[in-house]
Amino acid sequence: MRYVVRENREITNGIYRLRLEFDGIPTPGQFIMINCGGNTLLKRPFSICDHDADEIAIVYRIKGKGTYNLSKVKALDTLEVTGPHGHGFDMFDKFNNILIVGGGIGIPPLLFLSKKLKSKNLKIALGFKSDVFLVDEFKKYGDVVIATEDGNTGIKGYVIDVMKGEIKDIDMIYGCGPMQMLKAVKDMAEEYDVPCQISVEEHMGCGIGACMVCACKTKTDSGFQYKKVCKDGPVFWSREVVF
Amino acid sequence: MNLKINIGNLELKNPVLVASGTFGFGKEYSHYIDLDDLGGIMVKGLTLYPKEGNPPPRIYETPSGILNSVGLQNPGVDVFIKDELPFLNRFNTKVIANIAGETIEEFVSLAQKLNIDGVDALEINVSCPNVKEGGMSFGVDPNSVYAITKKVKQVSNKTVIVKLTPNVTDIKIYAKAAEDGGADAISLINTVTGMAIDINTRRPVFKNVFAGLSGPAIKPIALKNVYEAKRAVSIPVIGMGGISSAEDALEFMIAGATAVAVGTYNFISPTGSIDILEGIKKYMLRNSIFDVNQLINSINV
Ligand SMILES: Cc1cc2nc3c(=O)[nH]c(=O)nc-3n(C[C@H](O)[C@H](O)[C@H](O)COP(=O)(O)OP(=O)(O)OC[C@H]3O[C@@H](n4cnc5c(N)ncnc54)[C@H](O)[C@@H]3O)c2cc1C
Ligand SMILES: Cc1cc2nc3c(=O)[nH]c(=O)nc-3n(C[C@H](O)[C@H](O)[C@H](O)COP(=O)(O)O)c2cc1C
Ligand code: FES
Repeated sequence: MRYVVRENREITNGIYRLRLEFDGIPTPGQFIMINCGGNTLLKRPFSICDHDADEIAIVYRIKGKGTYNLSKVKALDTLEVTGPHGHGFDMFDKFNNILIVGGGIGIPPLLFLSKKLKSKNLKIALGFKSDVFLVDEFKKYGDVVIATEDGNTGIKGYVIDVMKGEIKDIDMIYGCGPMQMLKAVKDMAEEYDVPCQISVEEHMGCGIGACMVCACKTKTDSGFQYKKVCKDGPVFWSREVVF
Repeated sequence: MNLKINIGNLELKNPVLVASGTFGFGKEYSHYIDLDDLGGIMVKGLTLYPKEGNPPPRIYETPSGILNSVGLQNPGVDVFIKDELPFLNRFNTKVIANIAGETIEEFVSLAQKLNIDGVDALEINVSCPNVKEGGMSFGVDPNSVYAITKKVKQVSNKTVIVKLTPNVTDIKIYAKAAEDGGADAISLINTVTGMAIDINTRRPVFKNVFAGLSGPAIKPIALKNVYEAKRAVSIPVIGMGGISSAEDALEFMIAGATAVAVGTYNFISPTGSIDILEGIKKYMLRNSIFDVNQLINSINV
């Protein structure tokens, strides 16, 4: 489907927010695939950061040529997009004390999740290298604590250090961010015996579950199994995932 | 307008198929296109037992192409028959089972298990570059191609297609080996072997070092192989490799392909196979061609 871009602007150094007309009904944790044009071939996956009536937003970082091309797109341009794809975060009525842990460019999908969970008691721990983004929006939905690697904002250090202080009385943890962070979140969830879901990344081909290239190693009773990040995930129970 | 073509005894309603491994077992794409519109579906490579495949990463984008190293992850032939085939059989299209044995005996067992209603043809995959046992090691040896084809033909009551690898010096020898073994058709090309290196770690991107290149980057190679293979055999040729437009598909047919398969392009556009079919029809109308068979091997040299 081709959708009209409503806005595409830099919100902090090298990080952009793109708003797009959209007629699908996404759930938090799901993603879209965008044809980024130029001499890119495969579509690029991006998590949905926000959803309103007829519009979604993504927040992305310039990584290579696809995201660079995307950063040049202007309002009223159209983009070829598929989705929403994948299995997002499961939300449970019975859990009220929720901890959300995000790192870097893994943070965007957690905003959409926080919005959906806003009636709950939300603790939100966000980690950045230096420049922060989306923080004010998170503050609408819960208590936010911040860590930056250079101490630019909040506590100097890693989000996982902040998380430690917040984990008491938590019923459920949701995480998205770099692999080391997810591994630490998984370990801590297991240490404190709190159910935890994490959103993982893998390079994709089709994005819809047909080509088997987006393998995530998961534990099974008899050993392990490669599941599909695009279809079974990108959100998995942290217990399942083998790092 | 006639779009029907024949592959051995099998009549396809049109010459546009989807290539093995790029279309799963059809379910996912049924949300984007009507599977009834396809000439046929070449399903993901099936092995005798479930196969977990290679560790990630499994894909890497290159200029106009992708390298993949899936390693034939699939649920195995029995689960395919039980869980996937019934869905495919709801549609009025041909089901072509792509089979990958590690030994000749496994190819025979796979063919026997697939002697069932709902399977229209077998595609013998002797050309997968991403597995250690079997795969391309068979496909680069004409004697193996001949022997496997012959054994499968002996036990199978289906149309038998042999899928060839381009990673050989002379494709004609392999095309001929398949024909001599009794193949009803050949299909080509499977992926071209390639590699990529991460310059920061100086390690190969893929654990297996080599991977298979597909997409527009390989189209000229594929076209040349189809053209040459067609000249070596009298059985039909199914052409594939980088096809991303109706024009690409037409080139293959003019070069000698009776049918074409769309692979990597399904990833770029999930409706791509049908768009290509529509484009072929338009070309035929524009050029007053009433039977698609008139296009096959119509090259002027
Ligand atoms: C489920 C999911 C959600 C994502 N959500 C976001 C998001 O909200 N914001 C954001 O900035 N980024 C997100 N990413 C990462 C984003 O997809 C990559 O940064 C982007 O594909 C890079 O493309 P490129 O052409 O700029 O970079 P290149 O490095 O040139 O890309 C080359 C190839 O590798 C793939 N690739 C590179 N990095 C990644 C990666 N980390 N994950 C998957 N594929 C990759 C590209 O898609 C492309 O096929 C997400 C990834 C996944 C899997
Ligand atoms: C991700 C992926 C998986 C594939 N899996 C198989 C397979 O299981 N069996 C097979 O015979 N070919 C497989 N192929 C090869 C394709 O069927 C096709 O021959 C090749 O990709 C060239 O066509 P294309 O350039 O249009 O993709 C695979 C290709 C890709 C990209
Ligand atoms: S990207 Fe094709 S199965 Fe996930």
